[in-house]
Amino acid sequence: MAATVTIRIQEADFDIGREIAALTDGRTDIGAVVTFSGICRGSEGGEAIAALTLEHYPGMAEAEIARHAETAMSRWPLTGLTVIHRVGRIEAGENIVLVLTASAHRQAAFQAAEFLMDYLKANAPFWKREEKPGGTSWVDTHSRDDDAAARWTRS
Amino acid sequence: MKVKYFAWVRERIGKSEETVEPPASVRTVDDLIAWLAGQGETYAHAFETPRVIRVAIDHAHVQPDAAIAGAREIAFFPPMTGG
Repeated sequence: MAATVTIRIQEADFDIGREIAALTDGRTDIGAVVTFSGICRGSEGGEAIAALTLEHYPGMAEAEIARHAETAMSRWPLTGLTVIHRVGRIEAGENIVLVLTASAHRQAAFQAAEFLMDYLKANAPFWKREEKPGGTSWVDTHSRDDDAAARWTRS
Repeated sequence: MKVKYFAWVRERIGKSEETVEPPASVRTVDDLIAWLAGQGETYAHAFETPRVIRVAIDHAHVQPDAAIAGAREIAFFPPMTGG
């Protein structure tokens, strides 16, 4: 059966249960679905965050996620994957991103989900702006995100 | 060629995209950043620390020494913070 790859960038929230069903309905070859959802935290470094505003580079964001999805599909025996990234204003407690990976066995699904998230954070053209009590500011990049992506590079 | 700016690069320059015609001596991404930085105060501010600026040519990440010949769209932005 063909693998199912879904990539969406949208302002609207997503329904995790519905997305899992879309990946697994009618199939009996899937033994594992790993779900990662990223959620807007209400504080950072002791400062309250009311919301984030996500900006992206239309066209390139989709292309970059598709490229990493292809790499994940070729590297692990996945039966499908879903990546949904929200843009626009997202309040604390709301969903930001969803990565689902499906496979016959859990190891491939776990590894592929982690790989996709690490690469998304370091390479996909999205930028977060935080709303704090003192005003808004662009989120600084974390070197730990680059390090997390680098560990998947094959030597 | 068309250039696009995102996040604080866009805010500092005050526009999200424009068409530019750099001289023939501007051959690489590094050259283009240096040339753009000379286009006025807002540009100088946006490109004051060239090493933090990330660049994509036609939707693909490139290094500072990449050639710009043949590029349709070049984008400049800060390190990415998605996910």
